[in-house]
This record gives sequence, structure tokens and C-alpha cells, in this order.
Amino acid sequence: MKIHEYQAKELLKSCGVPVPLGEVADTAEKALAVAERLGYPCVIKAQVHAGGRGKAGGIQLVRNRSEAEKHIARILGMTLVSHQTGPEGKLVRKLLVEQGLDIIKEFYLAIIIDREEEMPVIIASSQGGMEIETVARDHPQAIFKMHVHPVTGLSACHIRNLAFKLDLSKVQQQNFSNLLINLYELFLKSDASLVEINPLIVTANDEVLALDAKINFDDNALCRHPDIAAWRDVHEEEPLEVEASKFELNYIRLDGNIGCMVNGAGLAMATMDIIKFYGGEPANFLDVGGATSVEKVKEAFKILLADKNVRAVFVNIFGGIVRTDLVANGIVYAAKGLEIKIPIVIRLVGTNEEEGMRILRESQLNFVTENVLADAVRRVVELAKGD
Amino acid sequence: MSILINQDSRVIVQGFTGREGTFHSTQMIEYGTRIVGGITPNKGGQIHLDKPVFNTVEEAVKETAADVSVIFVPAPFAADAIIEAALAGIALIVCISEGIPVLDMVKVKHFLCTTSSRLIGPNCPGIISPGKCKVGIMPSRIHSPGKVGIISRSGTLTYVAVDQITRENLGQSTGIGIGGDPIIGTSFVEALQLFKDDEQTEALVMIGEIGGTLEEEAAAYIGKNFNKPVVAFIAGQTAPPGRRMGHAGAIVSGGRGTAAEKMAVLKKNGVHVVENPAEIGATVKKILG
Repeated sequence: MKIHEYQAKELLKSCGVPVPLGEVADTAEKALAVAERLGYPCVIKAQVHAGGRGKAGGIQLVRNRSEAEKHIARILGMTLVSHQTGPEGKLVRKLLVEQGLDIIKEFYLAIIIDREEEMPVIIASSQGGMEIETVARDHPQAIFKMHVHPVTGLSACHIRNLAFKLDLSKVQQQNFSNLLINLYELFLKSDASLVEINPLIVTANDEVLALDAKINFDDNALCRHPDIAAWRDVHEEEPLEVEASKFELNYIRLDGNIGCMVNGAGLAMATMDIIKFYGGEPANFLDVGGATSVEKVKEAFKILLADKNVRAVFVNIFGGIVRTDLVANGIVYAAKGLEIKIPIVIRLVGTNEEEGMRILRESQLNFVTENVLADAVRRVVELAKGD
Repeated sequence: MSILINQDSRVIVQGFTGREGTFHSTQMIEYGTRIVGGITPNKGGQIHLDKPVFNTVEEAVKETAADVSVIFVPAPFAADAIIEAALAGIALIVCISEGIPVLDMVKVKHFLCTTSSRLIGPNCPGIISPGKCKVGIMPSRIHSPGKVGIISRSGTLTYVAVDQITRENLGQSTGIGIGGDPIIGTSFVEALQLFKDDEQTEALVMIGEIGGTLEEEAAAYIGKNFNKPVVAFIAGQTAPPGRRMGHAGAIVSGGRGTAAEKMAVLKKNGVHVVENPAEIGATVKKILG
């Protein structure tokens, strides 16, 4: 799960990680009041779940009241389009207004889980403010990594090593150390999957602060962090994905026109691949899960059909422990309750498949049934292209 | 021969009396797996599915001499269940549970290094040696004893491959679902090492997916050390970057872990990579003649 910068900073502050003074606002009046209170210069920052806000015009330094008024009016309510938002962009509903600081150095600092080493890794770079992927490509020597073994936890040597590589003065080292200890603690205790401070700054007074903050959480651990789970902002998510999540359907919207309903994540991915292999474009990833109930199938159909790009639907079910005749009954029942105007190609394979296919054929519904995977996919690709 | 499990494996079930545990234990017993008991705290002394229930794994091991445990407990408690099994000296721990927090798995994985237990999973269908023993949730009916080994990060997609292999009259030696999480107990390479010395296994099917570097590591191992034919399919060729495709581990991040990259390095190391999952069985058939 992702959260906004202002939420991440609240969390950082509560864990003893220094952040600039600031406040979030959802109206122009409130934003201006914060700016006036903080004094100038200050920074107006669009709050959306996407990077590249600066280049997209969503972050602005303002030097006086009239500049503040002008840019608050411009940014609040704008549709911010960056390389991470997609072409449709994201509506800016909130602003974070922060004090301007006298910055003398900028760094990059992040903590993630390294899948290969199977432990957390702290990544630091002397190239603050740049995207880490760019630094990795152009200046790999500027990136420093420190793995933290679960037995030792974060030790003073980890911090010392990074501080020397970042060329910090003695006072700065102490401030960096305090910050990193608290940041690592936060990473562990909140079950974060990513904590990224870019840039981490050093001020003229040798203070070390998080000027920006991005924190993502492990979805599997949200059940033990209800306070963090409550920060979910559904405005930032695709509406159909939000709807799907209510029914524990694993749905991801894509650009194509063939709606897919599949059981199992691996098979759902493979189904998308094979559609593409035969020249079609999948409209989505959808895993309806193992125990496919009638209700779930119905909700899944509703979500697929709500995507106006969808011209044909492909249902690909492998009945292992689930009997395919039961799945077939579910599909028929679900489809009868909905008005389906586009072709639906169904492939049911596994336990009781003959019975399952018979139920579908005799349902009087407009289903196309195919047993062979390749034939079924060719058929749905053809139907999606037709008029 | 088969690997890791056989008709003599003595299996206990953690989360025995729950809905999932009961359903799949029944299926395993029907298949012929020697389920010798189960664990549900505070239900020790009861009898469930005609087998004894214990409060702790330690007690179960003492009474039944179990050497394999299969875990069905809910994800928030699953890491603890793995630790308990390892502490009790279980040789093979199979964790079916999906949704274990990754930081729990970091601890578990490094703890297991200090024990002699092997973990399969989590978030996996389990392991099966057709005709001998099934420790997991895969549909028995589609399997048949034979000569093809299977290693997979997926569930249903594996069943599709198994079904094709059965229809080609080749059968399976052992099938292992290694799991769809970012941190798992047994990697492709470790599973390949086991299949290498298994005389029953004449060819191998590997089903990978986007995310991580397990397939790349497997490719390097196969190129150097594995002389049986390998057929591979990588799911997620069309998955958008940065999105988790159902499995917690199936995500392309920072441009790494793409299907294209994995397929290329597997091919380079002599693996028969199929782009169309409908062709897995036929490809194995063609190679084995």
C-alpha cells in the first residue's frame, strides 16, 4: 500500500525522524494560512501517489503571499501528469505547505528488502534528488549499499560506513546516525516494503532532515497495522480495482479489449500472455481465486463489463479441486442476472469438464465454448476484433 | 525414486482441525499419504479424521515420529508455525499459507539456516510424488506416476502443465510448488540439485514468473551442472511493470525481473523455453521422443 508524502512525514516525525515544518491543506484558504504562518520562502507540494511531481509542475517554491496565492490556486485541483501517473494524470486534492530550508547537501537514502540476499538493505547515494534508477545507470559508483542481517540488526558500523561514504562531518554524522536508527526502526515496526528519502538534506546548521518521503507497506502485514491501513486513499487507485478489492478479487486494469477471468495468479498471467501471443490485447489481469463462488463470479463479470474498452470476455478456468460443473452453474447463474451484450468465450478444463461444458452450451446464453486453449484464445481474439 | 517425499513419509498437519486443514487432510488421506496426526493448540487429545490431535509439534513428533509437516494455519501465524516445526526437528516443512508478511519470512529464512529443516513455500500448492505421497493441495486426479519432474512458482498454471504431461502419457516423478512469495524456503536451484540425482526424473519442467532472480540463478546452474532436458515457461510476459500480479513476488521493479530477461538467459543456457503455455506437454514429449 502507498501513502501520501504528508502521511509519511507524520509517521517519520512520530518516530523521531526530522522533517521540515509544514502542514497539509485541502482548500486554498487553508493552504495560504499555513504559508502565512510558516513565513516565506515556503514550498507548495501537490499530494498525489506518484513521483516526478517537480517536473510536472506540482512543486513550487514561493517567496511571498502573492506568489503563494497564485501557485496554490494553480496546483490545487490541477491534473498532474508525470511519467508515473499515466497519460490521464492524477487530480491534486491536497497540498503540503512546508518551510523553505537553507540546503547545503542533498543525498538519497532508502531501505528495502533485497530479495536475493533475503534481508533489508540500506541504499544511500551522494546524488540526492535524482531518481535512483538514473543514478544506478549513469553513476553506479555514487550508490552505496549496506545489508542488515536480522541477527545483528542495524549496528553502529553500518551507519559509520555510510556516513563516511557520504563524506559527512562529525556533527552531521551524529545527526545522520540518529535519523537512520529511527528510520530503520520505523521500517521494521511498520512492516514497510520501501522507505525512500529523496532528498535527505543537510542544512546550513548541519541538521539532517527528510525533505521528501515515500513509504510503501507490505499488504500482507496491514492486518497488524490498522492505523496505517486507515491511510489508504482510494482516490489514488483505479476505481474498478477498488471495487474488485471489496470482493477479494485480484484485478489489475490494462489497456486492451479482451476481458479475462481466470483462477490462479500464474494462470491469469499466462492467459494474458497467450492472448498477446495470438495477436490480442488483454484488458485486465483477474484472478478469481481457488474456491470460485457464484457471487464472486458475478462480481467479477460486473467489473469486467464495467470496463467500456472490453469487446469480448475470455473465461479460462482449470478445475482442480473445484468441480467445473459447479463453476459452470455459477457462470450461468451470474450471467443470467446481468445483461451481457458482448461475446463470452469459455474454456473449462478439469474435474467434470464434459458436464461443465454441457451446462454452458445448454444455458441458452450467448456463450462460445472451446476445450483447446489455443482455439479458445484464437476465437476470443477474433471476436474482439470483429464488429 | 522420487525426491523429498515417498510412501514412507510420516506427515503431520499444522492447522489440522480448521476448514482448510480438514478438507485437504481428507484429500491427502484418500490419496494414500500417511497422515499420522495433526496439531491444533488446545485441542490436544482429541481425534480428528481418525488421527490424533496434539497441542504442539514437539509432542506430535515424539508420539508419531513424523518427519514431514504441512502448514495450513492463517498467514499472520504461519511464520510461528514454521519455526515451531523446525524446532521440533521436522525434516521437511511444507507451508501452504498465503499472505505471510515478508519481514516474518526474513527472520524465518535466516533462522532455518541454523537448523537441518527444509522449507517448501510459503504460498505454494505443496509437493507430490504421484502414486506415493501428496503433501499439499494439488488435485490428485490430474497426476500420474512418471518421468517428468516439475518445479513451479505457481499453482493453477502448474496443474495445467501437469495435466498436459499426464495426457502425453509421460507422468511426473515429483512436482514441487516452490511458492509465489518474494522470500521462499527452497529455490529453483535447490530443487534442481535434488532432481539431478533422481533416477526416475528424465526431464524437467520449470514454471517461473516475473519478479526476482530465481530463474536467472536456475539458468546459470542448468548451464553448468544439469544434464537432463529442461522445458520452461515464464508467466507475465505482458505484465505491466511496477504492478504485483496476484502473487506477492510477481512484480517487475526497477526494470528487473522481466519475463523477457528470464527467457533469454534460460535459452542461452540450453533450456527449451516455450512462449505458449499450451505447448509445455507437447514440447516435453518431443524431446523425450
